[in-house]
Amino acid sequence: MQDHPHPSEIIAAVARFLKDEVAPQTTGRLSFQARVAANALEMMTRQLNNQPAAEAVELASLKVMLAMDGDLATLNAELARRLGAGEIDLTVAGVADHLRATTLAKLAVDQPTYWGYRAALNERSDKQEL
Amino acid sequence: MDEVADNLDVLTRRRLGGTKISGLTRLTAGASQEIWRFNVIANGGETPLILRRAPGGTRVSETAIGPEIEASLIQAAHAAGVPVPIVRWVLTEEDGLGRGYVMSCVEGETLGGRIARGETFAHARTVLASQCGAALAATHRIDPAAFPTLERLTPLEFVTQYLDAYRATEWPRPVFDLAFRWLLDRCPPPPESPRLVHGDFRNGNIMVGEDGLRAVLDWELAHVADPMEDLGWICANSWRFGVEAKPVGGFGRREDLWAGYEAAGGVKVDPDRALFWEVFGSLRWGVMCSGMFTSFRTTDPVVERAVIARRTSETEIDLLRLLAA
Repeated sequence: MQDHPHPSEIIAAVARFLKDEVAPQTTGRLSFQARVAANALEMMTRQLNNQPAAEAVELASLKVMLAMDGDLATLNAELARRLGAGEIDLTVAGVADHLRATTLAKLAVDQPTYWGYRAALNERSDKQEL
Repeated sequence: MDEVADNLDVLTRRRLGGTKISGLTRLTAGASQEIWRFNVIANGGETPLILRRAPGGTRVSETAIGPEIEASLIQAAHAAGVPVPIVRWVLTEEDGLGRGYVMSCVEGETLGGRIARGETFAHARTVLASQCGAALAATHRIDPAAFPTLERLTPLEFVTQYLDAYRATEWPRPVFDLAFRWLLDRCPPPPESPRLVHGDFRNGNIMVGEDGLRAVLDWELAHVADPMEDLGWICANSWRFGVEAKPVGGFGRREDLWAGYEAAGGVKVDPDRALFWEVFGSLRWGVMCSGMFTSFRTTDPVVERAVIARRTSETEIDLLRLLAA
C-alpha cells in the first residue's frame, strides 16, 4: 500500500508553494508562468477528485442514449458521428441534457471560474426552480 | 537576451537614428510571436519602440502570414485610416535578429479583463464598440489585390478547414460535431465582394486608452474573405471577460459595432450572417485551443500550452448555449 499523503494533497501543496511563494517573489514572465503552473496543478487536483464519478455517469448516459454498449471513447466517437451526420440533434430527447451535463462536468475540472460556465449553472438552477 | 540587445544596439545606430538602446524587456505575450520593448536613445531623449519577431527569430507558424507581409499590411492599414502602430523597420538577414519588424510603441492597455471591467476605461467603453466598427470598415477598404499571397477563403472553405483540423486531433468532441453540422447547414454563399479581413480582431488584440481605441494589433491571421467574419469574431463569448451582457468584447453592444461599421462606409450588416460568424468564432477558438494539445505533445511541451488546451471546454458550453437558444 502506497503511503500518504495522497497525490491530490501533494499536488495541492506544490500549487500553494508556486502561488504563495514563487509567484510573489519573482517578476514578469517567470511570475506569470508560476501562476499558470499553480493553476494547472489545481486543475489536476479537481480532476483526481471528480473524474471517476463524472465518467461513470457519462458512460451510463451514453449507453442509454445510443442504445449500444462500449467504452467511453467508442461511445463518444459514435455520438460525435451521429451529431455530425445530422442523424440526431438537440431536438431528440435527452441529447441536449446529456451534452450540457457532460460539458459542465468537464468545465468543473478545466475552468470553474469561466463566466460562460457560471452563467450555464445559473440557467440550470433557474430551470429547476420553474 | 544579450544577443538581442547587441543586435538591437547595432540596428539602432544603422537604421533607427539613435546612438544606443536602453530598457530592453521581453513583454509577457503570445506563444506565436516574441514581443520586446526597448528605448532608442537619440539627442539625449528616449523613444520607446517595439520589436515583434518570430519565436527565436525563425519559427513562423504555418497559419500565420509571416512578419514581412504583416508589416506591409500594417502600413496599408495605416494608409486606409485604421489606427495602428507605425512600422519603423522590417528586419533583414543582415540585422541578425531573425524575421520581424520594429514599430512605434502605442501606450495603452491590451489586457481584455481590464478593458472590459476596469474603472479607468469606463468612458472608453461607451465609444469603443463604435470605434471598432469604424476600424473594421477601414480595414475592409484595404485593396486585397495588393496582398496576393494572403489566403482566399469562401465561408464553406473556412468551415471545412477547421472541420479538417478538428478531425486531425482524433479526439471526439460531440459538441463540435453538432456545431459543425449547424454551420454547414447554414453556410452563407461566397460574398459578392470578398474583403481583406483582420482575422483576429477581438478584445485582447486592440490597444485601448481612456479615450478609446488607439491601435489594432496582431495582423498575423489576416486573409481575404467575408467581411462579416470580423464582426462576428469580436462578439464570441470567449472575448467578453466576464461581461456577457456586452457581446462586443465585454465592452459594447452589437448595434453600436454595426452602426459604427456602416457609418464609416462598411456594407450593411446582416444580423443572421453576423450570428453565423459568431458561432463559427466560438468553434474556431475551440479548435485552436484543442490544437494546442498537438503542439504540446509534439514540439513545445510547456505548461501554458497544456492549460490553453484545457480551455477547449469553455467553447463547448458557449456553443451549446448559442445553439440551444
